[in-house]
Amino acid sequence: MNARVQHVELHAEDDGLNPGDVMLNVENVSLSFGGVKAIADISFDIRKGEIRAIIGPNGAGKTSMLNVINGFYHPQEGVITFRGEARSRMRPYEAAASGIARTFQNVALFKGMSTLDNIMSGRTLKMNRNFFWQVLNVGPARNEEIEHRLKVEEIIDFLEIQHIRKTPVGKLPYGLQKRVELGRALAMEPDLLLLDEPMAGMNLEEKEDMSRFILDVNSQMGTTIALIEHDMGVVMDISDRVVVLDYGRKIGDGPPDEVKNNQDVIDAYLGVSH
Amino acid sequence: MEATGVTAGGKPVTFPQYLLLNAKRFASRPAMRIKDYGIWQTWSWAEQRDEIRDFALGLKAMGLAEGERIAIVGSNRPRLYWAFCAAQSLKAIPVPVYADSVAEEMAYVLHHAGVRFAVVQDQEQVDKIQSVATDIPGLSEIIFDEPRGLRDYERDHLHDFSDIQQRGREIAAANTSAISDWEAGIRASDGTETSAILYTSGTTGRSKGVMLTAAASVKAAEDTAKFDNMTEQDEVLAYLPLAWVGDHYLNYAQGYVAGLCMSCPESPETVAQNLREIGPSFYFAPPRVFEGLLTSVMIRMEDASSWKKWLFTHYLGVAKAYGEKILEGRPVPLSGRISYWIGDKLIYGPLRNVLGFTRIRTAYTAGEAIGPDLFSFFRSLGINLKQLYGQTEAFLYVTAQKDGDVRPDTVGPAAPDVEIRIADNGEVQFRSPGMFAGYYGDEEKTRETMTPDGWVMTGDAGIFDAQGHLKIIDRAKDVGKLTTGALYAPKYIENKLKFFPNIKEAVAFGDGRDFVAVFLNIDLTAVGNWAERNNISYGSYQELAGLPQVYEMMTNHINQVNRDLAAEPMMAGAQIKRFLVLHKELDADDGELTRTQKVRRSFLAERYGPLIEALYDGSPEKYIETEMTFEDGRKGIIRATVKVADAKVQPVSNAMPEAAE
Repeated sequence: MNARVQHVELHAEDDGLNPGDVMLNVENVSLSFGGVKAIADISFDIRKGEIRAIIGPNGAGKTSMLNVINGFYHPQEGVITFRGEARSRMRPYEAAASGIARTFQNVALFKGMSTLDNIMSGRTLKMNRNFFWQVLNVGPARNEEIEHRLKVEEIIDFLEIQHIRKTPVGKLPYGLQKRVELGRALAMEPDLLLLDEPMAGMNLEEKEDMSRFILDVNSQMGTTIALIEHDMGVVMDISDRVVVLDYGRKIGDGPPDEVKNNQDVIDAYLGVSH
Repeated sequence: MEATGVTAGGKPVTFPQYLLLNAKRFASRPAMRIKDYGIWQTWSWAEQRDEIRDFALGLKAMGLAEGERIAIVGSNRPRLYWAFCAAQSLKAIPVPVYADSVAEEMAYVLHHAGVRFAVVQDQEQVDKIQSVATDIPGLSEIIFDEPRGLRDYERDHLHDFSDIQQRGREIAAANTSAISDWEAGIRASDGTETSAILYTSGTTGRSKGVMLTAAASVKAAEDTAKFDNMTEQDEVLAYLPLAWVGDHYLNYAQGYVAGLCMSCPESPETVAQNLREIGPSFYFAPPRVFEGLLTSVMIRMEDASSWKKWLFTHYLGVAKAYGEKILEGRPVPLSGRISYWIGDKLIYGPLRNVLGFTRIRTAYTAGEAIGPDLFSFFRSLGINLKQLYGQTEAFLYVTAQKDGDVRPDTVGPAAPDVEIRIADNGEVQFRSPGMFAGYYGDEEKTRETMTPDGWVMTGDAGIFDAQGHLKIIDRAKDVGKLTTGALYAPKYIENKLKFFPNIKEAVAFGDGRDFVAVFLNIDLTAVGNWAERNNISYGSYQELAGLPQVYEMMTNHINQVNRDLAAEPMMAGAQIKRFLVLHKELDADDGELTRTQKVRRSFLAERYGPLIEALYDGSPEKYIETEMTFEDGRKGIIRATVKVADAKVQPVSNAMPEAAE
């Protein structure tokens, strides 16, 4: 860190909430596709500054829950309150504009574009100049681009991916692609970051790196994080509170140690003889 | 040169004195660069002096005293390099430590050096040191460069580098004489203080702390900087471990003396890209780096279109024929010059550019033997690659090749002001300006390494050739004698054999015997390829190794080696008389090689005793059963009748240069 370039701090916006205040509240939410009930009457909250894990066996409704939070699905019942404002039908881009960013279970990057451009694309919503200004690439648009590039470089530095800055992401190994995807989400400087299985398919070392990054994002940028993860070890290590879903129902909610000893949770994971 | 030394008109005798001088004479020239946030940041010599001064004043206020050791741990970062000079300006002694050493090794070095201060790069190093804090009771203050992840750490004895600098600035602002006192302190030095303690990497036993004196270090660096005509216009990329003598010498010491610009890579993974961006004029890399570069070039050419491939092959041929001659200014026919010029525009220039070698004036390699083909490849592209031989105890240079007088098989004549002699047992001993003052806290080891008359024993065996160039042939303890009295250096012979792509491994025998004999392992890929091209069918490694055609090929290789050996008066007596091709590959799983792929000689002698006897008793073949371990861990017995063949020994009187063709 020999910053001669003005070091730009990346951080979540100050929204008047104090750490520990409820940031997002999910109340009696139900979601069904035709006759299939994906989520049944679930309530939980996410507090500012915490790392909140959503766990559960396959098909428990975890990803659906994330999709509901970020406005991709609209629940038939229930209310979601984000920063005190209840919302009914919200589009994903509105969620993004209000400070919610996410990554996907299957990497969803622009494979032909470089790492740098992919992360830069995460700043689209923060750009003030329209498309035509940017095509002209003069004056204000140019300055704006430089300003955004600085933030992107900060993220590249943060995630230690300088060596692949100019590499098309399609050529990168999976673990690095996941990191780039996290970078793109961070470029939005989100208040709430939703991570859908950030460590799926990674080896131990990559998992450790990713855990470190998630913890650093949380502590240094002050970003609240909700993550879905299968690796129990990781979840128990890094999250502050865990909510457990099974067949669309909530069967547990609390600090990792408490959840670990919850009989319903043990049954759901290990199976139970009927 | 301007007066800065202890006596008016004297030359600088310490690195901080050079800092003050450079900040004056090259005030606005670049001294240090690092790529940060995607942009190259530059500090001029004047700015670098200010950074170092701020840090030094801060350190002084924290109580760093004269003669005290201060550890420096991390990768190549400007602030860590500044910590060297800041410590030296207070006559404290910097002790760089390998950043990748495990906690116990680090604890040993830090404790042994008795450091109270440590300047470290990041959280990783802080964690490492704190985990062994009980083993280093003397260490109290840790200063870090990168604050990331350290926010919630207890700060009583943990300091941010920039906070210390800030403290230094406050002191300078409050006390007007602080700066001039600091400069006066630097100027007052006569260069007799210890300028650094470099710990050897410790491949054999515990690492030892090599103490280097300021004036001696400066003198050594001045000598070699002059030898290679280094000036403030030169650029280097500092990418080798900070704690290694090579980095400290080539980048820090020569950098201060010549006033050149040192660049630090963005991260260890970006070195290749940064090399291309900076285009250094001076470059050092061990042979395996050059090998890796060549391989990557060749692999990429495999994927090129056939037209490009043809161009590449054709002009590589041209380069091979004329490149080195042109580089060395030897006569070349006009047609050759024209072809080479075209090749330079089409192939060599772009290739040098891709490798980041466009502006290289001087490149060095050292550390192990480099294959002659590999060495010639880079030279034929117009890169002035040379070899040197050095040691931590010499503050690097013992020998170095002169421009225009370069050969792949020697390490060159003695470097400027270095004296070399060969002891009776073949060991190379030297006296040099940069010679170390002793091992820190280990009088006994110092006595073991220095002769009573003040020469340093290298532990390497070497010979001088007719032109006065030194050849390192082996570790001194491995060199033996034949019953004929001829000098026998196993590694020297084995290396010569291994430079043939068809030979993967060679093991020479001969100490206390009548003649030299070798075991060979063929390289399955290379020989297999050759067999395929020549329609020779084989079913297994064992079958391939036993084929008469393969024996013929090996005989030719050995005859070639014998011709080379015959051309060297010292080595001519130890030519290879008999050999065999082993029926199985030497393998670490069977204990025949170490995990770092080095031959375990004594183990082999036991395991293949009957074969060794066959080499010496004149029998044409020998039946042997050997136990081997398969990759899945099962064991099996491999039976073979191994043929023993004779090679042609060259008469020593034939030792004309032509005979070596």
